[in-house]
Order: sequence, then structure tokens, then C-alpha cells
Amino acid sequence: MKHSTLALAIVASAGFSAGALAQAKEQFVPHSYYWVGPFAASGSGIAGGAIDYLNMLNERDGGVNGVKFTGEKCETEYNNARGVECYERTKKHPPTGATLVHPLSTGITYSLIEKGTADKIPIVSVGYGRTDAADGRIFPYIFPLITNYWSQNTAKIKFIGMREGGMDKLKGKKIVNLYHDSAYGKETLPVLEAQAKMYGFALTNIAVPNPGNEQQAQWLQIRQIQPDWVILRGWGVMNPTAIKAAQRAGYPRDKILGVWWSGSEEDVIPAGDAAKGYIAAAFNVSGTNYPVIQDIMKHLYAKGKGEMDDKSRIGSAYYNRGVVFSIITSEAVRKAQTRFGKGQSMTGEQVRWGLENLTIDDAYLKKLGATGFMQPLKVSCLDHEGGGAVKFQQWDGKQWKVITDWIASDQKLVRPMIEASAAQYAKEKGITPRDCSKEN
Amino acid sequence: MLYREAGQFKSTYAEDQQIFPIRQDRIAVAALLLVAFIVVPLLANQYWLSAILTPFLIFALATLGLNILTGYAGQLSLGTAAFMAVGAFMAYNFVLRMPWLGVIPSFILAGVCAAAVGIVFGLPSLRIKGFYLAVATLACQFFVLWAIQRIGWITNYSASGVITAQKIVILGYVFDTPARKYVLTLAIVAVMALLAKNLMRSETGRAFMAVRDMDVAASVIGIPMMKTKLLAFAISSFYCGVAGALFAYTYLGTVEPEAFTLDLSFRILFMVIIGGVGSILGSFLGAAFIVLLPIFLSVLFGAISHASGMEISHAVVSNLELIIFGALIVFFLIVEPHGLARLWQIAKEKLRLWPFPH
Amino acid sequence: MNVAFFFEVLIGGLLAGVMYSLVALGFVLIYKASGVFNFAQGAMVFLAALTFVSILKMGINFWLALVITLGVMVVLGIGIEKIVLRPLVNQPPITLFMATIGLTFVLEGLSQLVWGSQPHGLELGIPDVPMEWLSQKWNINVSQFELFAAGVAGAMVAGLALFFQYTRIGRALRAVADDHQAALAVGIPLKHIWAIVWAVAGFVALVAGLMWGARNGVQFALTFIALKALPVLILGGFESVPGAIIGGLIIGASEKLAEVYVGPMVGGGIESWFAYVIALMFLLVRPQGLFGEKIIDRV
Repeated sequence: MKHSTLALAIVASAGFSAGALAQAKEQFVPHSYYWVGPFAASGSGIAGGAIDYLNMLNERDGGVNGVKFTGEKCETEYNNARGVECYERTKKHPPTGATLVHPLSTGITYSLIEKGTADKIPIVSVGYGRTDAADGRIFPYIFPLITNYWSQNTAKIKFIGMREGGMDKLKGKKIVNLYHDSAYGKETLPVLEAQAKMYGFALTNIAVPNPGNEQQAQWLQIRQIQPDWVILRGWGVMNPTAIKAAQRAGYPRDKILGVWWSGSEEDVIPAGDAAKGYIAAAFNVSGTNYPVIQDIMKHLYAKGKGEMDDKSRIGSAYYNRGVVFSIITSEAVRKAQTRFGKGQSMTGEQVRWGLENLTIDDAYLKKLGATGFMQPLKVSCLDHEGGGAVKFQQWDGKQWKVITDWIASDQKLVRPMIEASAAQYAKEKGITPRDCSKEN
Repeated sequence: MLYREAGQFKSTYAEDQQIFPIRQDRIAVAALLLVAFIVVPLLANQYWLSAILTPFLIFALATLGLNILTGYAGQLSLGTAAFMAVGAFMAYNFVLRMPWLGVIPSFILAGVCAAAVGIVFGLPSLRIKGFYLAVATLACQFFVLWAIQRIGWITNYSASGVITAQKIVILGYVFDTPARKYVLTLAIVAVMALLAKNLMRSETGRAFMAVRDMDVAASVIGIPMMKTKLLAFAISSFYCGVAGALFAYTYLGTVEPEAFTLDLSFRILFMVIIGGVGSILGSFLGAAFIVLLPIFLSVLFGAISHASGMEISHAVVSNLELIIFGALIVFFLIVEPHGLARLWQIAKEKLRLWPFPH
Repeated sequence: MNVAFFFEVLIGGLLAGVMYSLVALGFVLIYKASGVFNFAQGAMVFLAALTFVSILKMGINFWLALVITLGVMVVLGIGIEKIVLRPLVNQPPITLFMATIGLTFVLEGLSQLVWGSQPHGLELGIPDVPMEWLSQKWNINVSQFELFAAGVAGAMVAGLALFFQYTRIGRALRAVADDHQAALAVGIPLKHIWAIVWAVAGFVALVAGLMWGARNGVQFALTFIALKALPVLILGGFESVPGAIIGGLIIGASEKLAEVYVGPMVGGGIESWFAYVIALMFLLVRPQGLFGEKIIDRV
């Protein structure tokens, strides 16, 4: 059985890439996420949202201009090697290979950067991934869309400034950056140092060893420092542990500012009452009161076809994030079809063009039914981020309440850093940056 | 009937001491190497080359390393992933800072660095034994990962600590396609496996096995404990270091410290136990089993859900995969505690008589 | 150097150490009686906590849920002993160890398969806030919950000590831990004893799961608690219950003190390896742990 299954896999993946089945009119999207392990709660939520939205489009509209989405789920266990294996297994799937890939892991994104570029498959890392890939001249196939870690960080400092009464009031204030001791956690150190110099606040960086279920020493240090604000850059169990440890140390939770990967229901519910007042950033909101979510309920769950077993998770921050992922996927395909053939299956290379020329403004959002749900997006050759703004929400014990409007990031500070880092990568790899004016 | 050594006479000492004394074995191994080096890269598709065969070879090399330490020398170690991490990051640094060295010498030097780390963390083995030693090697595992993340020089001061491996250029020939990377990995692993086999048949190997079986008696007959144990750690870490370098260069293309967690150490230990403790062939068999099993389960469940048309939530599927993986490990340990190598040995014994019953 | 702060770190460390000991106790029990290093203890803690919380969410009364979960853990313990360990009875310890790692995967998958992957909060009625009068008087923050957990741990150790010392089954357990063959010769039913030990270990796992779940929330990362307990075990010795407590106190205190005072000098995050290095230092002086049984090699 083993041999025949694997032989089938060889035949299937080796034979069909020529696009011989042009009449298939399907768009294949791999769903390589994680449903087990320490991050299963977030992974399964995002996967549910992503898969549901595409299925809803199939049901409601017949796909994008008649081209229906097909998908294959693959378990990556948040592990680089598994992520690469899932990518290799699904990249040549008929009819036109993988449309694009959402790795949902910064580590897997890094591993796929060269492979995706060589295979001409866009790697989309919404709200995570390699920050300097926002410079599309050097990373044509990598899209850290909507907002990246550095942009978000500047928006957070802006928020703190807002709360303190102005950016000039930041001078002399003490901010502690409590971060997860990993690649993800360390990404924002340079941009924080740059802002500390610029605005004159005292920055202390405190690392929490993986997985972060023991933070007493760190919070005792925080108690000693007595900062005005604590930025929480956590992941998984580190988040509720931090909130509880803050309670134990007597630190007010409404002075703790979490990143968007520390700002979901799964992060605060285990902390119970301790989490009341905790503020977190978000590039998408929670809630089911949006036409997109209502449509998913109507077309899928009413017919018993939804992904989530536990319906109460629909509308959670992670579920909605998955929906945002798939909105990007479907609209990039739609845009690609305007140039390469309406109603045809798009290849990864064509979808790349679609992503790079994707503009989602307010009117477009209204048509999608996502006003207020996600921010407007404008991607270009130069700017693979496309957005840069975040909202802030506060947990009141039962749900997240949005407390600000979209706060833009400080691109004046961030963009030069991105370009410098990307240029260094280009030098190391011998990549000639594209000339964006020559592209259309 | 076919597999017999009747009629094969040895007339020189060299012939008598061959690794494969039976002619049929030599033919089989030669055919296997021919297929592996020539037929597979030509015929296999990219998925198999880059996602199955290359990691299999790399993990087999790491398993070889751990087998030398745990299987032959009897020192239980859970720090394998840390040694791989040292090899990966040091290889990156050598290629980055001394590009005139070349890739292969960089790998070798990276292995030497890993060996140095191995010697330092092997020092407790002079005093501590058994499970206590295993847990002590965990100190190595966590410390090395912490050091890699703290010392900015190691990751070339990258903000996130993730490094991308450079292109492999040997004598002007670029190894960038999956087939070429596979052949390079295969060549390195084959050479090192041969070295390991011969090392274990030599005096060093016998000293290792003596230390494993009864170290007090070994020291009584004159085998130097410190030198032998530390040599075992050094050689084992060298192998793991080269495996780590290959992991970064020919497989993933990037490395971050989180890729080398305790989980990986446990996986390699699984490969040792399931393949067969103290067996070179067992290292390859165990690595194949552990690399292929999750993929096989995943493809199997995919096929089942397609065929039956049932919509099972993927959370259920993934958890079932995990349960079955664990259950199969336990089952295997119950059924054949000496590992796949023992099964192979039994098969060879039966093959000698086949097709006759006795 | 702020003296009050030093005491706060020290006391906090000692209390954290007690929490580690809670988990280490489960390891010690099983190792003492059957010689198996049960790596699956972490997964058992997670399964116990998750089962308890999920049953609570179904609306069942707290104490009834506790009893049901205890029943589940006991059945699980007996089942593990029968299905996994008995067939592996004479294998080398490393095979048994690997079997328990395989078991860890099974238990982790099973927990999330049956109860889902959502994290849960767990409230035991004792808020995790600093004690008021200590905080006011001497500016030392000591969490009420941690004191409660320390009390629970102390009660459990005392209970176990009494159990081992004064009951028949306890004596039989000690006999089995000493020498299997001799115990058999005297007529002690080995299989029953092993089943009882695993059941007691399941109970310990439940208590540890409740304490840690209340502290950090009940989610998958609870399984990593086992890694925190390992240095405690090697410092205290694998077979010693007082060793688990003393080891826990030493590890907890030194770890926190090091992280607060030494950590900032080297960039922080040293907690991940410091406990192990401390245990290693102790081992170099006493290779079998502080209270462990001396390893006698017969040549």
C-alpha cells in the first residue's frame, strides 16, 4: 500500500505540470498550517478562516469569475522541515501548481524565500515573516503584506505617545520590551533602539526563554525598573503567563501593550480576570458583525460545510485573520485574471503580478463586505507591505473592544532601515534589484 | 541457496577483513550505490529529491553520529541537535569570513568546532553515567542554543538571528539544483559512513564497545577512560556537526536556532533506537523509518479522506497522525527492541537457507 | 542592593521551586517503583488539567469533576502500565525511556483530539495577587496562590510520606523499589503494586496539572513542564521524594536569583539552561544526585 500510494504521488506530481488540462478551470491553493502542537489554537483558527472564505466564494460566486478554488491541507507542526516538505509536495499540484503559499511561520517563510523565488510561487506572509522583503525590488516573490513587525512597532510607540499626551512627552519615560527569545521575538530590537534614540525614552529589553511558561524573574526585574509601559512581544503560552505574572507583580495590565500575535482570545482567556484592561495591536478585528463573516455563516455553516467544529470560534481574532489571508489570495487571483485571462486558471507567476498590483481601497472593501474588518491595501513593486497601519483593542474580560482608529506606521523611519537590510541581502546573494519603473 | 558463501575462499588477510566478505553482498552494495548516485538523480522528481531523500541522508548522518556515541560507546546523549546547530552556524561563518577555504573544508572545520563543543560537554561523562548523563547533556542542548542567540557574531548580527546559507560552489561547479545537492550530500554521507564503519571495526571501536559494556573492567585492562570517552564525544559531535552543516546548506537553505530544539534530539534518538543500537546500517534504516513515517501517514489520511469523501476536520486528522506515530513507535519497541537492523540480520539468516526450509 | 527585593526574589524562587517539585514527584514515584523514567509525565499533567477543565466547562460541579478526572488518570495509569510497560519488562532502560516518549506523543494527540486545542483558564478560587500585608509592610510581593500551592505540595509530600511509612501498600511499594526479586519472593504481587504506583502518579499529575493550569492557563505548553522538572530530578536523585522537594527549592531559588542578578549582564534568558548547569555542578560532586541511591557497579 505504501508503494502504490507513493508511486501515485510521484506520477501525480511529475506528470501534470505542463498545464495540459487547460479546461480544468480550478485554482489550487495549498493550506499548509498547523493543527497540533503548542500553537494549534492559533493555527487551527487561522486555517479555518482561510479555508472557509475560499469555500464560501465557491458556493456564493462560483469562485473567481467561474474559476473555483481547490485546496489541500498539510500539517506543518510549525516545523521548518515539515513546512518545506508540505511546500514541495503541493507546489506542482494541477492545474497550475500552487497559487501562493501562506506559511504562517516566520521560520518556514525564511526557508521558502529562495525556493519560492526559484519556483515562481509567491510567498505571502501577512503580518509576520521577513520584514525587509517589503522592498519588492529585491524580493519579487515575497510579500510581507498589510503590515510588518517594524511598521507595527512604530505604530505602537505612536500609540504610547498618544496616551502620554504627545510624542515629545516620551522623553525620559521608561519602556520595557519583554520579548520571546527567538527569531520572531528579536526582530524588533533594532527598530526599538532607533526609536529610543529618536524620542529619548529609556528602553530595556528583557528576554523570555522559549516557551515562556516561567516569567517570574522577568517580572521581578520589571517591578524593579517600574516602567511606564511594557511592550509584550510574545507567542503562545508566553502571553497568558505574562499577564498573570504581571498581576502577581502588581503591574497594571492596561499599561501592557501586546503585538498582534499576542492579541487574540486564545492569549487572554487562559489568564482569566488578570487580563482585563490589557491592550493589544491588531491589523484585523474580531467579531462576526461583518458581511464577510455573515456570508460564511449563511453559505457554509447553514449547510453544514464549515471548517470549524467549534462554531464559537468563528469571529475570533485568529479566524478573522485567516479570512483576511484568503481575501488577499482571491483578490490577487482576480487582479491577475484581468491581465492574463478572465476565467482562466492562473499560474504562480501571474498571481505574483496580481499581488504586486493589488489595490484594495474603501470602495473595494465595501464591495467585499469587509469595511472596518481589514485596512485598505496598496501594494506596489517598491512596497510589498501595502498597508502599515494597526488598530488597538482592549480586552474587557469578555471580548476585544477597538479603542483607536487605524494608526499609520512611521515609514520615514522604517523604510530606510528596510532598504538598507534588503540591500545587504542583495549584496550577499548577488541579486540585482529590479527597476520598478520598467515594470508595468 | 543463492545467498551463500560456499565456494568463496579468502587467500589474503585483506580479503578476510573486508567489510563485505560475501560476494553477493558486494554486488548488492555496488548496485545500490550505482542506483543512488546515477539512477536516482536522473529519474527521481524534485519532491523526492529535496523533501525526502536529502533529509533522509542528513538525518542518517546525524544518527550515525549519535549511534557512535550511544550505541557503540554507551554514553547516552540528548544534545545531538545542539551539535548540529554548532556545525550549521560555524559552517556559515567559515564560508562567510574565509571564502577562500572552500565549502568542503568549511564543513570539515565546522565539524571540528562541533567536536570541540562535544568534548567540553562530554567532560561530565567521566563522572556521571546513565540517565543522569542524558539529563546533563540537556544542559549542553539549552546552553548552546542560548549562546547562539546571544552572541551576535555567530549570526552575523542579523536582527532576527536567522541566517541564509550561501551557494555551494566547489571548484567552480555550482550545486544549486536539488539533484546536485542530493549527489553532494550522498557523496559526503557515503564517505563518512564508510569511515564510521571502519572506525568501529578498529581498535577504537573495540575500546568504545568495551566502555559501553563494562567501563570499570575496561579501565582495568588498560583502556584509558578519559581519552576513549572524550574521543567518542568528539567523533560523534563531528558527525553531527557535518550533518548540521548539510542541513543548512543542502536542505533547508536557512537556519535558525529554533530548528535545533530538543524535539530534534529526541527524533534522532528515535532513529538510533528503532534502527538498531550499535549498527551502522541501523542508522540508515532508522532514519528512513522516522523520515518517511509522518509523510506516509499524511498521504495515507489524505487518500482516505479523498476516497471516502468524508469531511473530517483537519485537527482530527493531524492529531490522529500524531497518535499513530507515537503508537507505532511504542509498538515497534515492543515487537523488535533491537531495531530494524536486527530484522535485517534475521532476514539475511533466513535468506541463506532460502528456498530450503532448513 | 535592595534587601527587600532580594528576599522577594528568593521567596519567589523557592515557591516556584515547589511548583517544579510537584511535577518531579510524579517522576520519582514511578522511577522508584518500576525503574522507568517516565517522560510522559508532562503529557499526563496536561491531560489531567485539560480533562478537568473540560469537564468543568460541561457544567459539572467542581468536586465531582475532580473525582471523575482522578478516575480517568487512574485508569490511564493502569492502562499504560499494562499495555506499554509490561511487554517491555526486561528491556534496557533506554528502550523504556523511548517508549515513554512515544507515549508522550500519543497522550498529546489524544488530549487535543478529545478536548480540542483551545487554551482554557482555570480558577481555583485563590487569586494570584500579592499578599496585602506583606506588600504594604515590607514592600515584598509574595503571591497568595503560590503560598497555597506550596501548602498543597507540602500536604501531598506529607501524605505520601505517611502512606509509604505506615500503610501496608506503602511498605510493599518500598519493598518493590528496593528489590523486585526479593519482593516477589516474599509474596508481594508485583503487577498490582505497579498498577497502584501508576495510579498514584496519575493523582500527582492531576494535582500538578491543577496548580500549573491555574498559574499559567491550561494549554499545550503544560507538557513542557516536564523539562523544568528534570534538573530537579537530577539534583535530588531520581529515587528520592525529599530529594525532589529539596532539589526543587535549590533549583527554583538559584534560577530566579541568577536570572535577576546575573541575567542582565549576559543579555538575559539564562533561565533556559541555568537550572541544568546547576544540577550538573551538583552531579559532578555527587554523581547520583543529593539523595539518590549510589550506583554500584559490579564488574
